Amino acid sequence: MSVLTNLLYIAASVFFIYGLKMLGRADTARRGNLVSAIGMLLAVVATLLVGGLNLVWVAVGVLVGAAIGAVAAYRVKMTAMPEMVALFNGSGGLASLLVGWAEYHRALLTPTFTAVAIFFAVLIGGVAFTGSLVAFGKLSERLPGRPILFPNQHLYNAALGALALAFGAMFALAPDTVGGYLAFALALLAALVLGVTLVIPIGGADMPIVISLLNAYSGIAASAAGFVLQNNVLIVAGSLVGASGLILTSIMCKAMNRSLTNVLFGGFGAAQGASAAG
Amino acid sequence: MNPPPDTHTLLLLLFIFVLALFLGRELITKVPSQLHTPLMSGSNAISGITIVGAILAAGSEGAFSTALGVVALVAATINVVGGYLVTDRMLGMFKKGGR
Repeated sequence: MSVLTNLLYIAASVFFIYGLKMLGRADTARRGNLVSAIGMLLAVVATLLVGGLNLVWVAVGVLVGAAIGAVAAYRVKMTAMPEMVALFNGSGGLASLLVGWAEYHRALLTPTFTAVAIFFAVLIGGVAFTGSLVAFGKLSERLPGRPILFPNQHLYNAALGALALAFGAMFALAPDTVGGYLAFALALLAALVLGVTLVIPIGGADMPIVISLLNAYSGIAASAAGFVLQNNVLIVAGSLVGASGLILTSIMCKAMNRSLTNVLFGGFGAAQGASAAG
Repeated sequence: MNPPPDTHTLLLLLFIFVLALFLGRELITKVPSQLHTPLMSGSNAISGITIVGAILAAGSEGAFSTALGVVALVAATINVVGGYLVTDRMLGMFKKGGR
């Protein structure tokens, strides 16, 4: 990667940092969003300067995505904005998952460290993807907003998470074998299912907090993709969002008088409340 | 495309990762409650930075990897463009409403 690209990445990171800072204050928030958008433009331009890329496919992807994103952002009603943010967040998670998969499929024989990073991009990106879709469904009332409970759900989720980690380990130990690819596919599948089963027991009223948490996840997923590609700006911007997203999540919890564990395991409390009432 | 990472590079990347985590933690303090949703939306747009990874994946060789990369790029661009525009709309409405 050229010197110019890396210098532009540093500039982009500074824009993101200032943008985030400004977004937290009422009088500067709108300009902060613009500053951060300029940072994103810098990062994209810097990446296009990397030689040897097939720019036809890049142009196709950017044009199609920009058209869909712009139409969605302009047509959404004011009241439906939080669920639209959930959809956008889901597509970011999906993107990190696919970047990890694409890099794996291209190289197959990847060093263990890279394989671990690919696994985390896929796991966290996958949870953010399907989790955000469920959050969108609940907020837009395509899914019932009440907590959907099933027997032993916490045990089940813990087991599914452990299973994903086990598949991930099998994949990272032998990524260039058929078994390794199979383990990768199973880990990917487990992540997608886990996103659904983690969010579905949470009530619709808590969805803004869940979306904020899933936003932090997709930041970490982007960071993991940065480790896969050894790309500084991905790591910096991703971890900025990951950490600030976690802080924002806890601030939102306090503002709504909820504790994060209460939100995440809220279905448990609701089930108890229902049985106590009945 | 990427050289196998040597220990030195990996440590440097981890170093950057940890520092950025702490920086992100320090950036968010005392946010007024009406800014919670726009801040979430704005930082969500930043997490679309994975667009950089998607560009690299979509522009490289290998038919299947390129296909995955193009889909990733569409998804990431939706996240970036939609995210910034919807945040701007939210914040624009604020001002008119007089907070």
